[in-house]
Amino acid sequence: MWFWAFVGPFAIGLGLFTYVPLAWSVYLSFFDAHNTVTPTDFVGLDNYTAMLGDDAFVSSLGTFLLFTAFIVPATYVLSLGLALMVNRLRFAQAFFRSVFFLPTACSYVVAALIWKLSIFNGVRFGLANTVLGWFGADQTAWLSTTDPPWYWLVIVTVRLWLQAGFFMILFLAGLQRISPRLYEAAAVDGARPGWQTLRYITLPQLRATSVAVVLLLVINAFQAFDEFYNLMSDARGYPPYARPPLVYLYYTALGQEQNLGLGSAGAVILALIIAVATVVQARWFGLGRKED
Amino acid sequence: MTNRPRFTERPRAPQDPRVRAGRALRAVIVTVLALLFLLPFYLLVRNGLATEQDITAPDWTFFPRDLQWSNLTEVFDDPNLPMARALLNSTLIAVSTTVGTVLLASLAGYGLARIPYRHANLVFYAILGTLMVPAAVTFVPSFVLVSSLGWISTLRGLIVPTLFSAFACFMFRQYFLGFPRELEDAARVDGLGYWRTYWRIVVPNSRPVFAAVGTIVFIGAWNAFLWPLVIGQDRQSWTVQVALSTFTTAQNLNLHELFIAAAISIAPLVVVFVLLQRYIVAGVERSGIDD
Repeated sequence: MWFWAFVGPFAIGLGLFTYVPLAWSVYLSFFDAHNTVTPTDFVGLDNYTAMLGDDAFVSSLGTFLLFTAFIVPATYVLSLGLALMVNRLRFAQAFFRSVFFLPTACSYVVAALIWKLSIFNGVRFGLANTVLGWFGADQTAWLSTTDPPWYWLVIVTVRLWLQAGFFMILFLAGLQRISPRLYEAAAVDGARPGWQTLRYITLPQLRATSVAVVLLLVINAFQAFDEFYNLMSDARGYPPYARPPLVYLYYTALGQEQNLGLGSAGAVILALIIAVATVVQARWFGLGRKED
Repeated sequence: MTNRPRFTERPRAPQDPRVRAGRALRAVIVTVLALLFLLPFYLLVRNGLATEQDITAPDWTFFPRDLQWSNLTEVFDDPNLPMARALLNSTLIAVSTTVGTVLLASLAGYGLARIPYRHANLVFYAILGTLMVPAAVTFVPSFVLVSSLGWISTLRGLIVPTLFSAFACFMFRQYFLGFPRELEDAARVDGLGYWRTYWRIVVPNSRPVFAAVGTIVFIGAWNAFLWPLVIGQDRQSWTVQVALSTFTTAQNLNLHELFIAAAISIAPLVVVFVLLQRYIVAGVERSGIDD
């Protein structure tokens, strides 16, 4: 069977390293599994009730929702804006596209380092405080100020910088596919360039791209780990605020406690939330539906 | 992208001052944004080549007061930061992940796109379904699996589980669906089977998509953090990202060393990126990711 000769190796690996772990996780989540992967102590739904009754876990879900609410629209607007501007440049278009795309090559670890220790450093040195100092502003401890939550500015800008360029490329690809005739027709009908063409031609034509971008952005936000871990933890430990679910699961399942049963229950809850969110979103935006 | 005809909104006379002003404003905004996007890269190199006092001075200056090229070698001599080993690990992992992923995913993508099979769609949706569940959600169970295989802190444990990328498979399938059938039909008439058609006709004519997917996979493997953090538990198996991260949370950190180490860690990627960027862009555009 030639089909399986080509697809088989990949499918077996994917099954082994994706479906098996998922099934194992569901199994583990019903057991008291401290530091063991072959538990014997069946506890039913206790891990689930413990997780959902845990304020820290529930607040970590809240952190994620808040983070998504910030980062998805911000990245959407910035990457679309960059694409619209770059698309209409008459000079050095390739250069500007490269500049905005370049941060895609940078890791969250390195970016977090620059943000934490150079731009938003709270003590003495640091670019943000230096620039604000020129205007007579006081020093701000960006990452440890919770009221107002200045750390959000740090967390959101680092991700914006890293991912906006990639989504700009998706939008540029979408813009290239819009037929110039549509704009000509709109101009004949008296639509003024600028806001009107954007509102009635460009945005509707970019609908398929927008759906994909929003979906990818939400999934990416769910996976937030690297920047929270690298920005918020230090030698003294880890602050209880600003902890998305993955960071929480990391500390529960693989940190001091090694509570794999509880961690797996959290992973299953998170997977269910993501599945529901994805399906609802797909329905909402009509993903997969043929364009009208 | 640049060589395609570009749309201009309305052929108005260039001397219209409103058009000229708008164009100038846009150029200014784009330039300012570009400088902002480049600033973090500059800070990385600036701090990496500065002295420790220069980085932490209260009167921060844009240009370092004097350049300290010896930082470049110092970072490899620090016994606390296994930089050389970490670079070697990252290179081994990124290269084998890229080769393995591209090979496995392209074969699967071709099979799904071209070899008739009754349940091909079912298999495709089973693969696509794993894209919907973010990979990071499976990290606890995957850790469990890898640890029960005894693969913790091994290169095997760092590489093998990451080889099966549904995203790469999807990109290849979309690309092969659009591959000109006539070329393959000619090969079939000449008596070539699927296997030889794939290697002799399809692969040599699909270099851009291999370059695009390969680069994306390479960047992802080089920059991966969560998985290497979880699996690479002893320092001999640290990747560059884990080594840097461990260093930022250390008690007494040498900032200049940390910054130059970070700059060294992104240098290979920036090179790959500059060389292959147009393939990445073309690959993203042609993959039909948004169709």
